[in-house]
Formats: sequence, C-alpha cells, structure tokens
Amino acid sequence: MEFNKIKNKPKQKFSGGMKFFLIVLIAYFIIALFNAEAAEIALINFLRMIWKIIPILMVVFLAMILINFYFTEKRIKKYFGQQSGIKGWIYAIISGILISGPPYVLYPFLGELKKHGMKNSLLAVFLYNRNVKIPFIPVMIYYFGLAFTLIISFYIIAFSILNGVLVEKLAGQTRNKG
Amino acid sequence: MIKQAIKKSWRVFRISIPITVGILLIINLLNVFLQDWYGKIFTGNALIDPLIGALAGSVSFGIPLTSYIIGGELLLQGVSLLAVAAFIMAWATVGVAMLPLEAMYLGKHFAFARNGINFIFSIIIAILTIYTLNIFNGI
Repeated sequence: MEFNKIKNKPKQKFSGGMKFFLIVLIAYFIIALFNAEAAEIALINFLRMIWKIIPILMVVFLAMILINFYFTEKRIKKYFGQQSGIKGWIYAIISGILISGPPYVLYPFLGELKKHGMKNSLLAVFLYNRNVKIPFIPVMIYYFGLAFTLIISFYIIAFSILNGVLVEKLAGQTRNKG
Repeated sequence: MIKQAIKKSWRVFRISIPITVGILLIINLLNVFLQDWYGKIFTGNALIDPLIGALAGSVSFGIPLTSYIIGGELLLQGVSLLAVAAFIMAWATVGVAMLPLEAMYLGKHFAFARNGINFIFSIIIAILTIYTLNIFNGI
C-alpha cells in the first residue's frame, strides 16, 4: 500500500510561474481586505494595460515564430554575434530606436535572439536605445523643451555603447547563461 | 519546419504569460501607492534630489509618457530639472519590478548588471544633460 502511494506520486500541479501568479492574486485579495479602493484602482489600471498589450503580444508571438523559423543561429551570429563587428552595434542602435513595445513583451523575443547567439552587449545596446521614443518626442518637447529633448536623446545613444561594453564585461558573453 | 517554430515559440510564450500578468498586477498596485508620494519625497537638495529622482524612477513603471507627465507636474511643484531628468531616465531604463522577468529570459547576471549600470547612468546622463543645457543657454 505504502509502496503504491510512493510509486503513484502525483505530478506537480503548478509551474513556478503559476505559483507566482497565485501568490500575487492572494496578495491582491489581502490588500483589498484592508484597502478596497486601492486594489480596485490597481485592478482597473491593470485591465486597461492588458487590453492595450494584447495586440502587441500577438505581434510579439508572430515575431517569435518568424525568429525561430527564419533567423537561424548562423544568421543571428552574423548580424548580432561575436563576429558582427561595428555593423552589429549600428543594427542594435537603430533597431532599439525603431522597435516599439514595452520591455516585458520584448523579453521573450530577445531571449530567443540570445539563445540564437546575440551578444549581451548588443542586447544591452538595443534595450537602452528603446528610450529614444520617437512617438513620444513631441510630448517630451512640450514638457521639457526642444534643447533638453535633443541633448538627452544624444546622451542616451552615446551612453548605450558604454552600457553595452560594461554589461558585457559584468555579465559575460552570451555563452555564459547568467 | 514552420510547425516546429510555432511549437517552440508557444512553449516559451506559455511559460511567460502567468509571470507577465503577475508582474503587471504588482506594478499597477505599487503605482497606486507611489503616485501620491512623488511630490513629497524631494528635499530641494541639489545633490540628493537626483538620487531620489533616480530611486523613485527605478521602482516606478509605465510607459515613458507617464513619466513625462509626472515630471512636468514635479517641475511645477518646484522640483529641479536635474532631479526630474534623473527620474525620467531611471523610469525608462531601470526596472526593479521587471527584474524577475528580465532575469528569466536574459539571465540573472545580465539583468542585475544592466539595471545597476542603468541606475548610475540615469544620474550621470541627468547631470550631463543639465550641464550641457546650461552651456547652450549661456551662449
């Protein structure tokens, strides 16, 4: 009887991610007990956010399929790998500025690129240049002025290179899984 | 070939959904409590305020547009442009709440190194921006 119990040990019901999600739900419930208004506002904001990102997530999913289909290890290594040279840095800067979307939807996509051989330095450069937000530039000019916007954008691009170099030094190259 | 690509992508995507949703829930909850604090935490000290700005920006989250609007409000409340610049830089480049997700996909060392460097850079870039701006204004 005991032997059978051990043999038929049930599989783990929830993955790590699911457990994390359930803990967050419990935390919400506890906060709602003490401050229902805050929990309600947070939940409404969350629903608005999730509604906005659903189309982006779909695009990201399609992009991931394309990466897995088209961008072979050989190709990624050519454009963003150890031998990509100065062109790799330029590609990373331009794609960082042009590709939009919140970081949390881009991480799976970038994770795939990393698995295929993208350098840590170029990943960091890509992520840093995402802060030059072309669609939001008019708003930045409105609040802080044209000169401020141009200067800070220039420094973001310039420091992205230093950022890439330092991240690669501290985190190692792509082969080191972190 | 395409079937394999779809399967592989879905596997990665499926794992990320509960974590992404959980983190977004936490972020929205934190923002509710943090938003009223932004105006109160600045001291008026030219050295400490950029640091406070960078710290506040690091723990906050949202589209950069929100940080510009909050930054604009802070300027109206008398907070220095230097502190606001550090705030909007850290808002966009440092993601404390996003660390678990970034670490999961890009590696722990990468996520911690990148966010640590970005925090320091947010202050340096803020100082350089204001310094350069003052030079241009002086010409």
